[in-house]
Amino acid sequence: MTRQLTCIGCPMGCQLTATIENGVVTTVTGNTCKRGDDYARKECVAPMRTITGTVRMADGRVISVRTRTDVPKAKMFDVADAFNKARPAAPLHIGDVVIADVCGTGVDVVATANRE
Amino acid sequence: MKKVQLAIVGGGPAGLAAAIAAREAGLQDILIIERGEALGGILGQCIHAGFGLHTFGQELTGPEYAQRFIDRVEDMKIPYLLGTMVLDINENKVLTVTGRETGLIQIQAEAIVLAMGCRERPRGALNIPGTRPAGIYSAGTAQRLVNLEGYLPGRDVVILGSGDIGLIMARRMTLEGAKVHAVAEVMPYSGGLKRNIVQCLDDFNIPLLLSTTVVDIQGQGHIESVTLAKVDGRRKPIPGTEQVIPCDTLLLSVGLLPENELSLSAGVALDGVTGGPVVGDDLSTSLPGVFACGNVLHVHDLVDFVSEEAGRAGRSAAEYVLHRRSAGRTVALRGKNGVRYTVPQHIDADAMADTVTVRFRVGQPYRGAALCAWAGDKLLRRIPKRILTPGEMESFPIRKADIPADCDTITFTVEEAAQ
Ligand SMILES: Cc1cc2nc3c(=O)[nH]c(=O)nc-3n(C[C@H](O)[C@H](O)[C@H](O)COP(=O)(O)OP(=O)(O)OC[C@H]3O[C@@H](n4cnc5c(N)ncnc54)[C@H](O)[C@@H]3O)c2cc1C
Ligand code: SF4
Repeated sequence: MTRQLTCIGCPMGCQLTATIENGVVTTVTGNTCKRGDDYARKECVAPMRTITGTVRMADGRVISVRTRTDVPKAKMFDVADAFNKARPAAPLHIGDVVIADVCGTGVDVVATANRE
Repeated sequence: MKKVQLAIVGGGPAGLAAAIAAREAGLQDILIIERGEALGGILGQCIHAGFGLHTFGQELTGPEYAQRFIDRVEDMKIPYLLGTMVLDINENKVLTVTGRETGLIQIQAEAIVLAMGCRERPRGALNIPGTRPAGIYSAGTAQRLVNLEGYLPGRDVVILGSGDIGLIMARRMTLEGAKVHAVAEVMPYSGGLKRNIVQCLDDFNIPLLLSTTVVDIQGQGHIESVTLAKVDGRRKPIPGTEQVIPCDTLLLSVGLLPENELSLSAGVALDGVTGGPVVGDDLSTSLPGVFACGNVLHVHDLVDFVSEEAGRAGRSAAEYVLHRRSAGRTVALRGKNGVRYTVPQHIDADAMADTVTVRFRVGQPYRGAALCAWAGDKLLRRIPKRILTPGEMESFPIRKADIPADCDTITFTVEEAAQ
């Protein structure tokens, strides 16, 4: 099986073709540098994203949040849903945990702003 | 009249970095004037990650990036006024200011840093025909509504323009449960970053329609649908290619304009291409003691460059107050053959630092080209570029030692790859 993808490593945006056999990337073509190769190997097998959004606090205010690190791309909508259900209490500061281990990813959702 | 050594207009990333650098350069009497209710500027609503990779080696969100500078300003005890707007600046560097705490007052400044940022191009400037129903927002307004007020403006969305703010909003509204039907871009390429096209559109199967524009808007009272059509090479709609897309929201992401009413009233000369002040290598404007940085000077792609440039403006302003630099030989900088403009527009070949970074944008995408700097017909420097795109700001370092003694103009050009 082959998959076409655009490398996001730099503005060149090389069009990559990855050949996948039994869930493993065997070859990558179309890349100009090593980063394109690395990107395709990761993106085809275990794509990850940092998810950002907002959460409404118990007192009605809105605060911005993020997953502390990347989470599996397949969980994007589940994580966004978890943002909508959380109702954390003030005060919150940058880096404070708003949702621990979101959707079983092992990654915490943390505040990215301060609310006293 | 109240007096300050340095007044900084705008408390966004540019104003904050300028204030910090001016204080580090030894200036004590600094005042930041911000019309909003918080420091940090537009970054407060840019909650996605991707800021600060150059400065901090880490992908921060907008508010996190801004807070690092706000914390420095607080630590250094640099005074600031919030909810306070600068209404006018005159040629004697008197600021007319109105605010909650101050009322209407005048402030005499020895030096001023202009850091007012930019605003979005309004719909009026675009000339879309059709009715003017509700449900049409600029991408930045939608960003503020969703991210700061927690309010989703609509559920069926079409976006006109593929600038980064529009792309970011396509993802944001999709994750909030809206359906983004299409992003239409009138140019044959997107001005947005590749990474945003992949992670904001491709990830959600949102179509990017190139060479396409909105030719009509339908709906009484509230928008009900838009008509898209393909355009030809001269950006004229092609009859017969129309398609109607039902929607309740149209977002416009069609570019930013530096906010320079104040600069104009002060009599600062503006550049017709950037829309921002004409500046020298120390970021001084045509009015002595007035400096400019950030998006008010030219629209930046990365906030890291805003912070760096603003640091230079802050140091220059401090230097102006503490010990003026003596003027030397002026060399004009000019863009030609694909280089749309340069910032700065001129440099002082005697007083300049050993290396000055000249920034500009190109007019169209190029592959396998090179950027060149010429003094007359003498090539000063040639930098090969695998790719050049209008969405990215280019940085071209010019070394003082390389400038010939008889040179009065340096011209920057794109050297296209041989076909
Ligand atoms: C809607 C929008 C979204 C953006 N999103 C992104 C993004 O996602 N990623 C990215 O890298 N860049 C983004 N940018 C670009 C971003 O603006 C810059 O990277 C950076 O914020 C520029 O910093 P600045 O300080 O020059 O301007 P700003 O952040 O705009 O700050 C200017 C400040 O000056 C204040 N001000 C203006 N006039 C006056 C006055 N007369 N008196 C007092 N105060 C005044 C304003 O209130 C504001 O706080 C966005 C820009 C806009 C307009
Ligand atoms: S493969 Fe290398 S050159 Fe091509 S887009 Fe990726 S990082 Fe850039």
